[in-house]
Amino acid sequence: MSTDTTSADFKSVIVPPPADSLVLECRKLDFYYGTHQALFGVDLPVKRNAITALIGPSGCGKSTLLRTINRIYDLYPGQRAEGEILLDGENILGPKVDVTSLRARVGMVFQKPTPFPMSIYDNVAYGVRLHQSKSKAEMDELVETSLRRAALWDEVKDKLNKSGLGLSGGQQQRLCVARGIAVNPEVLLLDEPASALDPVSTAKLEDTLEELKRDYTIVIVTHNLQQAARLSDYTGFMFLGKMIEFGPTEEVFVKPKVAKTGEYIGGRFG
Amino acid sequence: MLEAVFRIRELPETCMTPAPTHKTDPFDPIFRYVAFSAATLLLVTLGGIVMSLVVGGWPALSKFGFGFFTSVDWNPVTDVYGAAGPIVGTIVSAFLALAMALPIAIGIAVFITQFAPRALAQPIAIAVELLAGIPSIVYGMWGLFVFAPWFAKHVQVPLMTTFDSNPEGFWAKMFYGIPNGANLFTASVILAIMILPYMAAVFRELFRSIPPQVREAAFGVGATPFEVVTSVIIPYVQKGMVGVIMLGLGRALGETMAVTFIIGNTHLFPKSLFDSSSTLASTIANEFNEATGMHTAALMSLGLVLFLITFSVLAIARWLLSSQRY
Repeated sequence: MSTDTTSADFKSVIVPPPADSLVLECRKLDFYYGTHQALFGVDLPVKRNAITALIGPSGCGKSTLLRTINRIYDLYPGQRAEGEILLDGENILGPKVDVTSLRARVGMVFQKPTPFPMSIYDNVAYGVRLHQSKSKAEMDELVETSLRRAALWDEVKDKLNKSGLGLSGGQQQRLCVARGIAVNPEVLLLDEPASALDPVSTAKLEDTLEELKRDYTIVIVTHNLQQAARLSDYTGFMFLGKMIEFGPTEEVFVKPKVAKTGEYIGGRFG
Repeated sequence: MLEAVFRIRELPETCMTPAPTHKTDPFDPIFRYVAFSAATLLLVTLGGIVMSLVVGGWPALSKFGFGFFTSVDWNPVTDVYGAAGPIVGTIVSAFLALAMALPIAIGIAVFITQFAPRALAQPIAIAVELLAGIPSIVYGMWGLFVFAPWFAKHVQVPLMTTFDSNPEGFWAKMFYGIPNGANLFTASVILAIMILPYMAAVFRELFRSIPPQVREAAFGVGATPFEVVTSVIIPYVQKGMVGVIMLGLGRALGETMAVTFIIGNTHLFPKSLFDSSSTLASTIANEFNEATGMHTAALMSLGLVLFLITFSVLAIARWLLSSQRY
């Protein structure tokens, strides 16, 4: 591939889902790490109850885009986003947004499993307790439902009081998914959730996500193109901080409209 | 300790016969015995110190019996010795110091690692390290000449006058004392300042060892900064924190020079926060110079008691660490 191409050479092609099915929409999103600009006018329409995959080479801004959606970047002074992110029509980048309750509505699962230093039960119940008070019985039920949905219940039902840190990597990651869905978020963000997992755990996690999309909206960043093709309904291809192509997964993978997308999917660079 | 000895004994069986493909290095056994000797030397030294404390202190321990630990009568003139005063002074001052230093140390470490902008975090971290580098005698001098008079005038006297309308009341009793600032409480404050930088520095290292994603995940489920720190950050490193707390306590128990300056050095049982008192270490430091005979034996016994107290603290720390659930 020639190295003199810059992002300015690409015209983005966006084939959005039907407008009334959108739950989340990024419009003309710019993102800065201090003075370094990482996202350039990114558009991302996210369909309700579907899986949206973000693909692209390392450093293209996939994870950055994900981190703006629940404003986790707010933790770091100097990082800022410009543009609009509409969640149910409300711009979550606005100054009056309550970031804490926003993060309850937009859950996130990270590349490496991040169980909290508490029991398996408490890991799942933790986020719920922050936002609502529930009786013991209600909480028991919610913990069980969440763990079942994350396909972890059968493996941990006899050791709910054991530490979450004692589980295997794959189990920890599914525990994080259970923790994420226990607070009943509208959108669940996953940042390469399977990259630290073995193939069996990955398959289980994918089954879980497949199940979850009936109730949730999922945005997943992945390096694994087969995973994106298998799992997602819509795919966005990003390159050098821009959204190059977005559309139904089949179209993006089979008949990409931008040459660069085809090159990446065909394995010619990346 | 016994475990270590057994492990060393097992070494020859498992390691002495090298795998057939390896060349035998004549230096190997020598290296093993040098390492073994180093470990043994430590045990021998430890045992020797304990033995000499027991032997040296035996005349006093056998003469006064259990009363040595319960009596407050410490009188070199009549050659009668009871160590209850210094024992209580040591324990109370160390725990008071820990109670004061712990929240501040955690606060400093949390601020530096979680909230401070980079431009502020670095100078604070350096200041904490500088504080740790000040020799204890300087703390003692500062405590006696600067802090104690200030404290007596601006804290102790106002507190005493506030509560003197009811001399039998709890607070009047708690705050009673000679208003010169040399007392149990000011000694604890100085001790707290001394153990603070060490604890803050190690807490900071502990908090920095937590993967940033764990913190982001906690914020990601909608926790507030306070909830993130109390339910995720601190529990994540609680094992290490217990260790740091115990080491800080151990240092406060054994600290000598600064305390000797400012604690007032009376051997009575401290009756209030502002009563003058003494610790095991300060008593030894004050009196070893003129001690002979039974007096020396009594001071040796103080040393033994101090050793036993610090040893117990470390033992409790180990036990706590091994019984942690997470």
